[in-house]
Amino acid sequence: MAYSNKVIDHYQNPRNVGTLDKNKKNVGTGLVGAPECGDVMRLQIEVDEETGIIKDAKFKTFGCGSAIASSSLATEWLKGKTIDEAVKIDNMEIVEELNLPPVKIHCSVLAEDAIKAAVNDYRRKNGLPELKFEDSVVH
Amino acid sequence: MLKLPIYLDHNATTPCDPRVVEAMLPYFTEKFGNAASRNHPFGWEAEEAVDYAREQVARLIGADPKEIIFTSGATEADNLAIKGAFDMYASKGNHIITCNIEHKAVLDTCKRIEKTGGEVTYVKVQPNGIVNPADIEAAIKPNTILIAIMYANNEIGTVMPIREISAIAKKHGILFFTDATQAVGKIPVDVNKDGIDLMAFTAHKMYGPKGVGALYVRRKNPRVKVTAQMDGGGHERGMRSGTLNVPGIVGFGKACELCMQEMPEESQRIRKLRDKLENALLQIEETHLNGDKEKRLPHVCNISFKYVEGEGLLMGFNKNIAVSSGSACTSASLEPSYVLKALGLGDDLAHSSIRFGLGRYTTEEQIDYTIEQVTQTVQRLRDMSPLWEMYKEGIDLNTIEWAHH
Repeated sequence: MAYSNKVIDHYQNPRNVGTLDKNKKNVGTGLVGAPECGDVMRLQIEVDEETGIIKDAKFKTFGCGSAIASSSLATEWLKGKTIDEAVKIDNMEIVEELNLPPVKIHCSVLAEDAIKAAVNDYRRKNGLPELKFEDSVVH
Repeated sequence: MLKLPIYLDHNATTPCDPRVVEAMLPYFTEKFGNAASRNHPFGWEAEEAVDYAREQVARLIGADPKEIIFTSGATEADNLAIKGAFDMYASKGNHIITCNIEHKAVLDTCKRIEKTGGEVTYVKVQPNGIVNPADIEAAIKPNTILIAIMYANNEIGTVMPIREISAIAKKHGILFFTDATQAVGKIPVDVNKDGIDLMAFTAHKMYGPKGVGALYVRRKNPRVKVTAQMDGGGHERGMRSGTLNVPGIVGFGKACELCMQEMPEESQRIRKLRDKLENALLQIEETHLNGDKEKRLPHVCNISFKYVEGEGLLMGFNKNIAVSSGSACTSASLEPSYVLKALGLGDDLAHSSIRFGLGRYTTEEQIDYTIEQVTQTVQRLRDMSPLWEMYKEGIDLNTIEWAHH
């Protein structure tokens, strides 16, 4: 199967690979997927406590090229957003941006789930009520 | 200068040997006759070419030329052997024994048999990818008519104990069929010494053309027959109708002759390269060889690179190196290789596997390049793998509650 140029670019030059200190109060961590399914994403956000804006985002992903690209793209989009704006990122925007074929849509869903999980982790740590999300459709 | 891309997927298919193509060419244009045309020189010429090829094919496997039934390939031969024996020996019974790492051409044919009133036992292989003959014997029932066990596996290259299994079949008066697609032309196969009654194989895995294969059908001790699965002109002793693919058959014959001449030297050379590749890759920490190390085809190795997903790994070098992965991230089910799972590998290891298949034209330079590229990519992907980070921190991945899809 041929990958789009954008997927190849993110795969070859992944943005924001790395680890933030998960013990810090202003860092939210989302770990989604499972090794048996062939995809595990860990996405982390660091929120500026003054402004409420995500000032850094990092990811590590075990998975195919599309999974790596989806999470890499997500970290790019997260920076500069508030946590409320972050949870509005829709997996279909990732699908469109990366030109993912239907069989790879689950990679974008996973990235969306990782964002939501990271935001909720941050909210939990900071005494905010967790957001309820509808279950992802494509799992 | 190294020419890219490098082909290391010889279990999928092989290139045609130029000597094979050369032998085939006249049979497309000036010698185009139908081998079944009995009354003019064009037909005679074609028939003569087919007869000669039949001898070349038979010689490679120690058979009599009359025992070779040409087909369109191994899948058709598998179907013809299993369905044909099931139909032919219906009065004797309806039970077939096979194993759980057979090729889909055998497994799905057996599933079809089950739908049409047959009974099939799928014997589990051992963790080394080899079936235990005692398990086969234990599965035998009064109504067993056929034992179908592959000669060598296509994903991991393990070679089955064919002689022990055929001896058990003979002892119980049951026919023995083997899908030898991966073995013929690579290791010595002899239908008499191996006690084989029916055997499927194909040209394109041994440097012949695609679209031509054969079913070996024993004629003596015992005389075996299979019911034709296609109606028509009654070609191939009535077992497989259809105008013979003369150029393909000529190419198949030539490919068999070349394999016979070159196998001893070739398999040794390829094994050395395979071992070099394998030893270097297994030097990388947390890697795992799938399948028995000894009882294996000389040109295959299947390795799991833990904490890296196979398809993601391939993407790192598949523009330059052609291999295949046991991970199936593209399929809707996300199911990894059933062969690797049958060895008892967790899904995570199955997702992390790559099959390397070397061949006639593989060079040491290509192997050195492959070692370098694969090693680098594994390292790069582990650096961005959360599982690798957890492993390095000493976290037991089994203790984590994963959100399953």
